[in-house]
Amino acid sequence: MTQTIALIDYGSGNLRSAAKAFEKAGAQVRVTNHAEDISKAERIVLPGQGAFGDCMRGLSALPGMVEALNEAVLKKARPFFGICVGMQLLAARGLEHGTHQGLGWLDGEVRELQLSDSSLKIPHMGWNNLRFGGAEVRRFEAASSSEPSNLRTFEPLHPLLKNLPPSPYVYFVHSYAFAPEQPGDTLASCDYGGSFTAMVARGNIAGAQFHPEKSQETGLQMIQNFLEWKP
Amino acid sequence: MLTIRLIPCLDVKDGRVVKGINFLNLKDAGDPVEQARAYDAQGADELCFLDITASHEKRATLYDIVQKTAEQVFMPLTVGGGVRSVDDIRTLLLCGADKVSMNSSAVARPELIKEGAEKFGSQCIVVAIDAREVTGARAVAREPSGEGAERMAQNKNTHKKWEVFVKGGRENTGRDAVEWAKQVAALGAGEILLTSMDRDGTKNGFDLELTRAVADAVRVPVIASGGVGSLDHLVEGVKQGHASAVLAASIFHFGTYTISQAKQKLQDAGLPVRFSNQ
Repeated sequence: MTQTIALIDYGSGNLRSAAKAFEKAGAQVRVTNHAEDISKAERIVLPGQGAFGDCMRGLSALPGMVEALNEAVLKKARPFFGICVGMQLLAARGLEHGTHQGLGWLDGEVRELQLSDSSLKIPHMGWNNLRFGGAEVRRFEAASSSEPSNLRTFEPLHPLLKNLPPSPYVYFVHSYAFAPEQPGDTLASCDYGGSFTAMVARGNIAGAQFHPEKSQETGLQMIQNFLEWKP
Repeated sequence: MLTIRLIPCLDVKDGRVVKGINFLNLKDAGDPVEQARAYDAQGADELCFLDITASHEKRATLYDIVQKTAEQVFMPLTVGGGVRSVDDIRTLLLCGADKVSMNSSAVARPELIKEGAEKFGSQCIVVAIDAREVTGARAVAREPSGEGAERMAQNKNTHKKWEVFVKGGRENTGRDAVEWAKQVAALGAGEILLTSMDRDGTKNGFDLELTRAVADAVRVPVIASGGVGSLDHLVEGVKQGHASAVLAASIFHFGTYTISQAKQKLQDAGLPVRFSNQ
């Protein structure tokens, strides 16, 4: 069954790149800047590159877009995925170049990465591995104890993490990260001079700080999982 | 843990992958789309695609190839060559590029870096710097104070200098490479692709002093490029050159080494890498 995805275009970044990854996973992608397409779509993807404030301004500048998103995601509970700044915009506030309001769907702030080692490069750019939350890890350890390491199966509790290696590498480019107020909103973390939230999920809302569309097999699997997700 | 990025680079001329020595004597190395697909399958961390077609009229060929290449790969794709405006950047991004690299045009008009970073984000903007060592007489002749010989003796070993070249290496801008790197980072470049013209295509290894001088001077990641002939060179680029990523062309195009052999070498040297099944 083909899913229709609305991929929101507000003038930012590598849109084509994101669109083709969802197409590869079998979705019918509509790249759009019209609010009415949001109401029609079965699933919604919000990409984003650049600064938090600019992205929020770009999104708000599209007539009726923020209202349409609130309606589709919060009221109608359509599955939503935010990528990179598109995930950060879920926060109540972003602190990049001043304080800016976000969509506010999840409590918390977007802050500059706090690096314990000042020789680390900024932005955090490249392939880094994910750590899944407490419940996911326990499940993994239980499954792995009696099997040889190359046969370890990881049975995630969250459907978005299905069929992934236990600590998969994904591609990041960012200098800021979302710090959710509720620990339960963090689905995966990553380490770069300290731990930060790499994936969030609550109800029908999910997001990744990294770029699944650029993360080869792991990323395509996550996109597939999103298309099959029935929150 | 953040891994060291291994980036095969496709130099493309009139729709074919080519490779030269010191930017000259180009040799055919295959179809870019095929090569991109092979590198994606081998687990390259990123792909770099530099258009070295001399004439601007052939841009349409480039856009077509970028589009076809981008359809095949799901890793970050950097495209460079002949990028002159914010519109050129947007066009490449719409063809499926994730990052756009600029060189001559950034030197000619540094504001282009800022405009691109503001419009698309720093992560999209790569500044390529082609540098050549000018340590010695020429560099000293440029010193305004003219304390000639003494300075020359001092400079010889302790203060190497490199200058930025543009137009495919044909024109010396007289700019100091390290200073230029700091400037482009301040203007909003998210990454620097640093090529040693002295080493390019020679297989003698990276110019490690140049790489380290630039990498230590800026906060953004530096990709070392130019001169890789063996897998040890890749290790040196990171350990001694302080590069965040290493780029190579001919050792991969001509099948001398595979991506996974290169990664194994980096891992054996104690560096973090990602293998394609992870």
